[in-house]
Amino acid sequence: MTTTTKAADAKKLPGADYFTLGEPVADTKAPAGPIEQKWSKRKFEAKLVNPANRRKLTVIIVGTGLAGGAAAASLGEAGYNVLNFCYQDSPRRAHSIAAQGGINAAKNYRNDNDSTYRLFYDTVKGGDYRARETNVYRLAEVSANIIDQCVAQGVPFAREYGGLLDNRSFGGVQVQRTFYARGQTGQQLLIGAYQALERQVAAGTVKMYARHEMLELIVADGKARGIVTRDMVTGEIETYFADAVVLATGGYGNVFFLSTNAMGCNVTANWRAHRKGAYFANPCYTQIHPTCIPVHGETQSKLTLMSESLRNDGRIWVPKNAEDCGKDPREIAEEDRDYYLERIYPSFGNLVPRDIASRQAKNRCDEGRGVGPAVREFDDDGNEKMVRRGVYLDFSEAIARLGKDGVAARYGNLFDMYAQITGENPYETPMRIYPAVHYTMGGLWVDYDLSSNIPGLYVTGEANFSDHGANRLGASALMQGLADGYFVLPNTINDYLADALKFPKVDASHPAAIEALESVKGRIDKLLSINGSRTVDSFHKELGHIMWEYCGMERTEEGLKLAIAKIDELQAEFWKDVKVTGVNEDFNQTLERAGRVADFFELGRLMCVDALHRRESCGGHFRAESQTEDGEALRHDDEFLYAAAWEFTGTGEKPVLHKEDLVYEAIELKQRSYK
Amino acid sequence: MNITLRVWRQANAASEGRMVTYQVQDVSEDMSFLEMLDLLNEDLTVKGEEPIAFDHDCREGICGMCGVVINGTAHGRGNSPVATTTCQLHMRSFSDGATIDVEPWRAGAFPVIKDLVVDRSAFDRIIQAGGYVSVNTGSAPDAHANAVGKLKADRAFDAATCIGCGACVAACPNHSGMLFTAAKITHLAMLPQGQPERHLRIKKMLATHDAEGFGGCTNIGECAAVCPKEIPFDTISQLNRDLIASLFKRDGK
Amino acid sequence: MSLVATTTLTPHQSAVRSTVALKALMAVTGLLMIGFLLMHMFGNSKMFLGEESFNHYAEWLKVEMLYPLLPKGWFIWIFRAVMAAAIVLHIYSALTLWRRAKLASPATYEAKRRLAQTYSARTMRWGGIILAGLLIFHLAQFTVHATLVAGPFTGSPYQMVLSEFKIWWMVALYALWMVTVCMHIRHGFWSAFATLGANTSPKAQVVLNACAWAVALLLYIGFMVMPVAVLFGWIG
Repeated sequence: MTTTTKAADAKKLPGADYFTLGEPVADTKAPAGPIEQKWSKRKFEAKLVNPANRRKLTVIIVGTGLAGGAAAASLGEAGYNVLNFCYQDSPRRAHSIAAQGGINAAKNYRNDNDSTYRLFYDTVKGGDYRARETNVYRLAEVSANIIDQCVAQGVPFAREYGGLLDNRSFGGVQVQRTFYARGQTGQQLLIGAYQALERQVAAGTVKMYARHEMLELIVADGKARGIVTRDMVTGEIETYFADAVVLATGGYGNVFFLSTNAMGCNVTANWRAHRKGAYFANPCYTQIHPTCIPVHGETQSKLTLMSESLRNDGRIWVPKNAEDCGKDPREIAEEDRDYYLERIYPSFGNLVPRDIASRQAKNRCDEGRGVGPAVREFDDDGNEKMVRRGVYLDFSEAIARLGKDGVAARYGNLFDMYAQITGENPYETPMRIYPAVHYTMGGLWVDYDLSSNIPGLYVTGEANFSDHGANRLGASALMQGLADGYFVLPNTINDYLADALKFPKVDASHPAAIEALESVKGRIDKLLSINGSRTVDSFHKELGHIMWEYCGMERTEEGLKLAIAKIDELQAEFWKDVKVTGVNEDFNQTLERAGRVADFFELGRLMCVDALHRRESCGGHFRAESQTEDGEALRHDDEFLYAAAWEFTGTGEKPVLHKEDLVYEAIELKQRSYK
Repeated sequence: MNITLRVWRQANAASEGRMVTYQVQDVSEDMSFLEMLDLLNEDLTVKGEEPIAFDHDCREGICGMCGVVINGTAHGRGNSPVATTTCQLHMRSFSDGATIDVEPWRAGAFPVIKDLVVDRSAFDRIIQAGGYVSVNTGSAPDAHANAVGKLKADRAFDAATCIGCGACVAACPNHSGMLFTAAKITHLAMLPQGQPERHLRIKKMLATHDAEGFGGCTNIGECAAVCPKEIPFDTISQLNRDLIASLFKRDGK
Repeated sequence: MSLVATTTLTPHQSAVRSTVALKALMAVTGLLMIGFLLMHMFGNSKMFLGEESFNHYAEWLKVEMLYPLLPKGWFIWIFRAVMAAAIVLHIYSALTLWRRAKLASPATYEAKRRLAQTYSARTMRWGGIILAGLLIFHLAQFTVHATLVAGPFTGSPYQMVLSEFKIWWMVALYALWMVTVCMHIRHGFWSAFATLGANTSPKAQVVLNACAWAVALLLYIGFMVMPVAVLFGWIG
């Protein structure tokens, strides 16, 4: 391809003023052959590291959630020397802990025609055909091992009276393959990984660095060789070196300020790696979860998700007439209620995929038929308006059918949580729900081995882009995190580490290490020296508003361009007017947040550029310009059947788009329909 | 609502702390307790004062990171109608004009880092001592190889819901970490996977519990009364039973 | 013995020296003492059967119990040794655990509020010291006969008890002492069983606490009915 045709190509893409088109990128690690043999073949072909040599090799793992903690434990068990970092006070607090619903696995314990292939198929289809086939197949393949491993660790999955594991159906699939532990599956799986990790800490193979935040990646001689961290208690800026670096740092939903992520979740580790050359793939793919507790007011700091298993028995509706919206829902007659999901999607009803349920809720509220308290919003021109943001999730029919106790047995903890947060009793009045940002499918680009394009930099779990395409199925995040951590990474990273004994030594005197350390210090000094008038949170909230409004559930070309301009403006103001109190050499939470928000600006902008260039609707990405006549998402496989991997080229410079073409050999491409 | 807060301020572990009084205005009853602290911190930051340091992360009551003593009870349990973490305590539990005391967990094993932030790494070390099943990745049998009776599985689960927040230690008059330790002992003791290491596990975990400087248990029950996850008090008796039984076993001699 | 298990100990040695093992020791010795008190209370009720019966009981206890299995007079000394050992071990473990608890809590709260603690649980330690002090007085009075208030020992235990409890403030003193003893037992009985692993469920907790109340009340009434009867002249 010549330069001129490439330039002409880029022109054709929407938003071409915001980026340049680079060479395509492709995975080179997945071996040829039938899809069900690829993983065995790859494991066989990957180079091995002699057990005696493993202790001479060091691996840095950032993050202690399912993907990081499981990897650290497994690599420690293998005998590698592992350095594991987390920003929390203990590895057990990683946000994997908050996942409620369950974990999928193709065990076919229910004898309902489930199989590796079906889980693979459902995942690719759920991802709206924007995921890499080979990675997803492997995910489905190792899913059964995860359950075995977790049970052996003592994870208390739900069991039937006979003592065997219980399953339920979850998130829009028609087989029962979801394993669960009440409403706390993530917690129990994480504690299992955490215990395995602590066992390795005791054995001396893993060194744990809690309250350490990664602020820079050290790339020496083209390879990832270390990280720069800040000790969050003393403020000390330190360098750590290794033969390979693994980022298991989770998602970046907090760019929206309000999300179901933990307050500390951030993109800094990934973004720093991106700035050092790692491609960021599909940043605009964001999953909006339909069943969250609505926003109560402007001081709200986070949103709380309720398991979407609620949709199995709850019925979603809004009043047919806008004038009923302020009424007590129990006084609205049956014929005045619009069970809109059952109406529009008769076969799936309330169990339609998350993106559809979310967008339909937004549409109802935009029509003025939302319920609950009105919250202040601004239109494009900054004019204030008050909108009710909520729809009813009604259990009265389920209570009539199952009895109050029956409903309590299934959803008691969720009902209690709802009552505690809202002060309303969901057994008596319908719950109010509204979508919230929940999961980010995008992340650092990785190949089949989970290696980024920087040699020695691996990315696992939500932090990478690999398995969920444009949308993630329910109960698949836990599956991916543990698959990557327990079974994939430990079997692929040795292929790289086998040569690492020959790598030249890198220490603090290496120019790359000095540069990284100084840049971190310079950035912190800069943040502390601005001494402006606005708080970090006020910037973060404003950024979140921009992202939610223009890069949320529905995106338009006009809106995204406006968003980019607004982000640029806000970012400039941030670096002039932010107020960061205190000093670096202290426990300084304001400074921590400031650094994270600074990176969110850059990420948010890239998300908008990615969303702008992808003028199609797929999965969690809905472009208003690309819909069918009756308002359904419309994919354009002819133009966009690729993953967009973005390369950083400098602050203020246009990012470069590298396309990875998606090839479907084992699955036939179909337009999704849930009608 | 308007609230008067008396908050423990302490620059670091080495310095003396004291209670400092603040007024917080325009508090909404739908706010969580931590959002109320956010509001105060925003105000302090604008004024150029150091905001109050407090640990928090998920803000949905599951990560175990947050935790302060409110009006003398851990997580403000005394003000809440139900078991709660600090992040799930809402301001509707307080009345307009109330004065609220906020202090860090106080225990020798949990030294203060700054203001309301304490170091709970002793809990990690208790788990390191044996709070696991020794099974390497890849070596597990099929998940259905062992059936677990529902009653035992449920009891294991009840104990396994511990979030490691440390409220039990903060509330205990002896600053004992027994409920935390007992929760893990009970979780693993109820499952077939936990049996091979059962006797050594309790010996090692309890030795670490004691060595970390936690006090002994006197069966008072403050721990279970404030526990946000309602870990059953009887797990401690399970631990005691297991320890006494283990004294007659050769494991770890 | 070191307060805190050190790394040089094996896990088993640490377990033997652990807080839980100390508590178990305290529980066993405490239950032994409660058992003794029940027996003592039963013996006291012999006062209602008259001088001969009571004095015979006292003589039997001191000289003839377990005779001819043991030589005359041996049992009481073995019994006293066991009780003395129980008391010493009970106090030893209590003090050790108290010291540990002190070390575990360097600072106290500005605002303090308890949600579960009972008054008897709160007063176990100081209450224990007070009741131990009065125990010394009691032993000096009725066993060694050194602090008899009404007059020197005349050879009849029955007469001795009668004359001592004719003094109103003596009965009041014992009434107060028994309050401290029975409060100690109220928490101690439950705590001992919980420590030994009997608290197996929330229901068991209710049952054990109910038993603790029952034993404490039984002992209080059982011990106080005789002195009160003496004071009001219903005996003798």
